[in-house]
Amino acid sequence: MNRNRRRQSINYSSIAIAYALTGLALIPLGLVLWFTIAKGLPAASHPEFFFNVERPVDVPGAGIAHAIVGTLILVGIASLGAIPIGVLGGIYLAEYATSRWTDWVRLACDVLVGTPSIAIGLFAYALLVAPFHHFSALSGSGALAVLMLPIIMRTTEGAVRLIPSGLRESGLALGLPRWRVSLQLILPAAAPGVITGALLSVARASGETAPLLFTAFGNPFLNTDPTQPMQSLPLTVFHNALLPYQSLQEQAWGAALVLVVMVLLINLTSRYVLRRQIRLAGQL
Amino acid sequence: MAASPTATALRATTSPKPPDRFRTLLGVVAATAPAALLVIVVVLLQQAWPSVTHFGLGFLTGSAWNPVTLQFGAWPGIFGTVATSLMALVIALPVGIAVAVVLAEQGQAGVRGAVGIAIELLAAIPSVVYGIWALYVLGPWTFQHLESPVSDRFSSIGWLSTASPRSLFTASLVLAVMILPTLTAVSRDVIRAVPRGLKENAIALGSTWWETTWRVILPSARAGIFGATILALGRALGETIAVTMVIGNNYQIPQSIFSPAYTLASVIANEFTEATGDLYPAALVELGLVLILVTLSANVIALVLVRSATARAAI
Repeated sequence: MNRNRRRQSINYSSIAIAYALTGLALIPLGLVLWFTIAKGLPAASHPEFFFNVERPVDVPGAGIAHAIVGTLILVGIASLGAIPIGVLGGIYLAEYATSRWTDWVRLACDVLVGTPSIAIGLFAYALLVAPFHHFSALSGSGALAVLMLPIIMRTTEGAVRLIPSGLRESGLALGLPRWRVSLQLILPAAAPGVITGALLSVARASGETAPLLFTAFGNPFLNTDPTQPMQSLPLTVFHNALLPYQSLQEQAWGAALVLVVMVLLINLTSRYVLRRQIRLAGQL
Repeated sequence: MAASPTATALRATTSPKPPDRFRTLLGVVAATAPAALLVIVVVLLQQAWPSVTHFGLGFLTGSAWNPVTLQFGAWPGIFGTVATSLMALVIALPVGIAVAVVLAEQGQAGVRGAVGIAIELLAAIPSVVYGIWALYVLGPWTFQHLESPVSDRFSSIGWLSTASPRSLFTASLVLAVMILPTLTAVSRDVIRAVPRGLKENAIALGSTWWETTWRVILPSARAGIFGATILALGRALGETIAVTMVIGNNYQIPQSIFSPAYTLASVIANEFTEATGDLYPAALVELGLVLILVTLSANVIALVLVRSATARAAI
């Protein structure tokens, strides 16, 4: 009897500890969000913060317009490269899953996801900056595209695999060639999942700092020319946060708030799109 | 998928392109991923070559970092990288496994769903945001309430002495938060892949929840959880920006865990744009090469372990 009571109390206390640790895991999320909002709002509550560019220390009216525009251009160009390649590669992984080559591609994708982003920055510097003797947004986009590619490939693969094989078989039975089945039947059906992957990779790329340090480099002015150095939100946060001026640190927090809101919105959107995919796949 | 002879004949007459060419095209497009990986390693090796040939193996054990006299060694960087990552793992592992066990449970969909989403959002927050938070909130707080009291009390113990707001310990704490989502998500999948029958048998024999989890589920998920741990270790080793902002940038073997230090990735982030000459940038790239070779091998080992653990469930 006594032994059973001890087993029960160990059981209940272990359940309590497991849930307590789970609660503990959520505290950092709350703290990061809370401080980003509390410290970022003073800067981000001025409308000119979104329309002006950097100003000298303590000159009022400084903003991060150049960083917002830069982030959009950098990630936009990276997406143009990474999304088509990633989606086609993902279709290959799912549709021809049996070949040995796909195993290698899959492993390479998973390893590439875990590759330090600073190393990808060094790689982009060697290939896209050093030969031209100047920093450019294009080289930054190149580095971001390498980061995005494996995420898009693997999520596309997952989305295509969710499509019941009946759809593929009926297309083939009607005499459609394999490429039309893949691109015109399977891909549209898998679209929500594919879009989810693309959105997640865009969110990841928008928040990356390390690969941009010696590629896009940063620029205190508004620049829309991709062959020139360009600012981005993470670069603004990184550089300003480490400077010993309170006004610049406030701008860093403001930029961090804008970045977090952007990234979390993209994430929540992708979650919504993914739910539609799962419902859709259930109906097919 | 094998098509019948008639279907093949039909396709041959109706399609303008033979299906095999589509397959080849996709295969080539998909090859960009392995190709990128290969090119990254080759390019880094080529860029680091002047340093590799100049310093030889002594680069790994040397502890000087002097751009003026061109003396470069990776040891303090390697030490800082490994020490922060291992400390982060020690902090994150118990929490990560507890969350994974809770998330892998059946039932209570509401709580599990909310916790799952929160953990995924934790992964979504950019590393520079963790960095600024650690620099202005976490670092000062741990310095005041944790590092200072502990180092005052145990000042005779070397590795606990001399507190500093930017330190190995602060960097490890941030890293622990940042690797938690990887650790949790992969462990959860591995735990879910444990055959249902094992758990049901244990319950049928009268085991409590704790006995089932501790003696049946976790032991049979051991290899996969080990894989998840290595995967998280790989993430911690390569993390750059958040660590750079709080580690204190001191290229020495730190006296205590509360002292400033440096990591491989942080040295590159701070110094690469200012590096001139041939040997200095090459030495920085060689740090990157060391980093990427370590993370690559950790990743490959981890992925093989996780895959064999989750593949078992599919059978």
